[in-house]
Amino acid sequence: MSLALIAALPFVGALLPGLMIRAGRTACAAATGAVTLLALILLAVEAPAVLRGEIVQTRIEWLPALGLNATFFLDGLGLMFAGLILGIGLLIILYARFYLAKSDPMGQFFTYLLLFQGAMLGIVLSDNILLLLIFWELTSLSSFLLIGYWKHLPEGRQGARMALAVTGGGGLAMIAGMLILGNIVGSYDLTVILQNKAAIQASPLYLPALILILLGAFTKSAQFPFHFWLPHAMAAPTPVSAYLHSATMVKAGIFLMARMWPVLSGTMEWFVIVTFTGLATMLIGAKIALFKDDLKALLAYSTVSHLGLITMLLGFGTPEAAAVAIFHILNHATFKAALFMIAGIVDHEAHTRDIKRLGGLRRLMPVTFSIAAIASLSMAGIPPLNGFLSKELMLEEAAHVTWPNPWLIGVLATVGALLSVGYSFRFLAHGFLGPVRDDYPHKPHDPDFGLWAAPAFLALLVVLVGLLPNQMLGWLLNPAASATTGEVVVAHITHWHGLYAPALWMSLAAIGGGFILLGGYVRLRDLWEAAPRPEAKRIFDGIIEPLADAARLVTDIVHNGSFSRTLVLGVLTIASLSTAAFLTGAPHSTGTRTLLPADPVILGLWLILFVAALATPFLHRNRLVALILTGVVGLLIAPLFALFSAPDLALTQLSVEVVTLLLMLLALNFLPKETPVESGLFRKLRDAGVAGIAGLGIGGLAYAMMTRAPAFDPISAFHWAQSKPGAGGTNAVNTIIVDFRGYDTFGEIIVLGIAALVIYALSEALLRSPAVTARLAALPRNRESADRHPMMLVVATRLLLPMAMMVGIYIYLRGHNLPGGGFVAGLVFAIAYLMQYMASGYDWSHARQRYDHHALIGWGVCVASLAGIGAWAFDLPFLTSGFEYVHLWPLEEFELATAAIFDLGVFLCVLGAVLLALASLSRLALRTGERPNTTAHDLEEAR
Amino acid sequence: MEALLASAIGLLTAVGIYLMLRLRTFPVILGLTFLSYAVNLFLFVSGRLAVNAAPIVGTTDAPADPLPQALVLTAIVISFGMTAVIMMMAIGGHLQSGHDRIDLDVDLDDDHGGAQ
Repeated sequence: MSLALIAALPFVGALLPGLMIRAGRTACAAATGAVTLLALILLAVEAPAVLRGEIVQTRIEWLPALGLNATFFLDGLGLMFAGLILGIGLLIILYARFYLAKSDPMGQFFTYLLLFQGAMLGIVLSDNILLLLIFWELTSLSSFLLIGYWKHLPEGRQGARMALAVTGGGGLAMIAGMLILGNIVGSYDLTVILQNKAAIQASPLYLPALILILLGAFTKSAQFPFHFWLPHAMAAPTPVSAYLHSATMVKAGIFLMARMWPVLSGTMEWFVIVTFTGLATMLIGAKIALFKDDLKALLAYSTVSHLGLITMLLGFGTPEAAAVAIFHILNHATFKAALFMIAGIVDHEAHTRDIKRLGGLRRLMPVTFSIAAIASLSMAGIPPLNGFLSKELMLEEAAHVTWPNPWLIGVLATVGALLSVGYSFRFLAHGFLGPVRDDYPHKPHDPDFGLWAAPAFLALLVVLVGLLPNQMLGWLLNPAASATTGEVVVAHITHWHGLYAPALWMSLAAIGGGFILLGGYVRLRDLWEAAPRPEAKRIFDGIIEPLADAARLVTDIVHNGSFSRTLVLGVLTIASLSTAAFLTGAPHSTGTRTLLPADPVILGLWLILFVAALATPFLHRNRLVALILTGVVGLLIAPLFALFSAPDLALTQLSVEVVTLLLMLLALNFLPKETPVESGLFRKLRDAGVAGIAGLGIGGLAYAMMTRAPAFDPISAFHWAQSKPGAGGTNAVNTIIVDFRGYDTFGEIIVLGIAALVIYALSEALLRSPAVTARLAALPRNRESADRHPMMLVVATRLLLPMAMMVGIYIYLRGHNLPGGGFVAGLVFAIAYLMQYMASGYDWSHARQRYDHHALIGWGVCVASLAGIGAWAFDLPFLTSGFEYVHLWPLEEFELATAAIFDLGVFLCVLGAVLLALASLSRLALRTGERPNTTAHDLEEAR
Repeated sequence: MEALLASAIGLLTAVGIYLMLRLRTFPVILGLTFLSYAVNLFLFVSGRLAVNAAPIVGTTDAPADPLPQALVLTAIVISFGMTAVIMMMAIGGHLQSGHDRIDLDVDLDDDHGGAQ
């Protein structure tokens, strides 16, 4: 349970920042931090077992039929990544609290951040690859929100879109790859897949699966040629960059390669694809980083380069190289997160990140400089910092690769390291060293402690790990590397590998070369400027823009703002598709079901219905007439239901129709009473033609259906048989509504309640707009009756009220066994109240109403929920109903069912919804200049 | 009898679509109401027609299919909620813009006929 909880915590906690922002920015950040810390503590509780080499598992069946289960597992690799995500996350939250400006909506920021954190945790904890894919796509979506957080910046929006297109597209490829993998093994559980190396590598589908999965990993980890999205994502606020590009998002691709390493690696295909992609990425990223002037862009390309380095190490396919990759993931996360934060601090203080406008910050910002120096020297691989350790090990591994020849990989890796030294030195030298300038956009100085605390902590780690690598990290590194490789790895990291180790000389060459690069930078720069180079963004836009244009064209054709055009196209499309299906399908024969003989009553009803419906299109310009005709049709359907053995439907249709008509009549007050002539003859004929086609199609379909027996046995035989023994009621319709399919009904009353609240909210919004209230006041007034609230009507409705209520209660009580139930009872009550409102006016009635409509809806949903939750007390699933027969003298034996409580909720919700809709319309009516009535009827007023 | 109901369903659909193709909010809402009638009836008759067979245990041995009835019952109530919401939206649109046309002002001579 605990693992699922760790993954779920950030998602649940994502609600908090939005609420806590009301209590201030610090409270908001603290709440976010508390969620992360709690998840970290839960993780720490599991850690000792994992570090002993055990695997912690949590299994929740979700959709077992699809092989999709919420299964989680935690091993060394997962623990390391989860720790990184939460640990760095905590520092980022602290940093972001002080980084974000007052004008930035911080609640939103932390909500997005937690969503992202949850998705990342899901990836590293999932045991089921289908579940992993869901989290994978969630990281793409939530990172989209984070990168585009500054919505007002076009670069932010474009960067977010590009990141989503690239990583989301790669994710799609990965879904395909994972499905193939699952099919080969016959299980979607990672723990099972990881045991089946031989089966997977022997399969003819190994190569397609490998390529598809790697596409997902490479796009996420910004590997060449997909590296271009990462620098554009730098438009995000710096805390986002620091989080996404040091420890999380881009490391997800690396994580996946590490996770799949035991089963996918070791083949020539893996070696060639992964090693050379990584190598190319490392070189290209480092080369571009060297010439970037924006501090964040420099760091972005350096991230690309380091990701390439890690990928290359994983590509070598040896356990030793994989262990080095794991070590470098940790090191890179520490120094790169610190560096991003430093870039943010510089930007925050000097109001620029352009290296050409900086320099000399060493004297102005000594604290920032110290942190920057430690982190960037680590990035360069200068002893004794942690970056040096993993880089030296990397060079050592590269030197031992003998394919395609003994020296190629080693030399190229050294070149990569050399470039890395060059840009690291440049970051430090051009940004911080040199003379103090007097033309900074803003005079920089060290920020408050809150802003530099997080990077300082990371810099401390950089030094400590660098000095005492085995003591500081061995406990985590060994289990993580063992979990990655599937073999027991005990890393022994040393600073000195001896004079004969090739890494020593490669390192020296890299550092020396780095100095030379820095010295000759100006000349190199000219060469770089002169050389032509492809602009990745332009290529990307070149692909995306035609696609977007095509999409826009289709949208404009289908939906150009004219509703009728969309509708006509829709009807004609459906009609032609169905006709095509009809013509190409099995030959049509007439139905064989015995038909019912025509009945004179039904024939009469049908005639009136037909005439009324047919008259509507001709008379619809007079809206009152059209409404009455609609009402006639609706009311006629009720007896049709009754005659065809559906008394419940008849009752419901009748009461709903009355309520609908009343509300529509009220609404017509605010709308023109006539529909003007706007369509020519051609248009009318076209519309009639389209409508006729639809009518013929649906009518024909209905006839064809009714004249045949169902193709499959209906499931309702079960409901019929179980109605009495299972649900304790004889009315099968009612038992389906409150019991068998109670969950549907539960959802439905919530929808109805929401609809009523939407109506209320709309009226509220309308009343706030001065233009609307002005128009309301200017609405043409109907000729008002002198007797607006006739005494006869008032008295009659008063007398009817208790009787109607009694009928309502009766209908409610008998519902379980005979036609009736909560829906109808609620509507009967509502009509009885509506009549009071009609008779005595809204104000007078409203002043006497004791219960709030909103509360009625709320109570309805609560009561229904309680009826459902009550089942838990008996260890039964939500909404399981129970019933008991009670004998209470002098009454006959009667039944008590929990379904009745549920039905009470339905009743309350329906009543509240109808009354709230009425109240909303009446509130508008009060602004039309209608005289508010203070007395129950007009007679008193006249006196 | 089946033919009567099928023709009624067809007619209600046709009237509903015709009214929904008008250019003002009120007829569109009425059209939607007609369409709801048609859809509800269609769903109802998918249980096939039966007389004197209300699905009440103890009153009949060959009941009408209760499941479509239960589904249509909730559909009727939901149609009411939907109608009420769009009615409010129509009122809002009219009060805010001063007119009750449904289309954006595009291609007036293309879709709105000549009589705009």
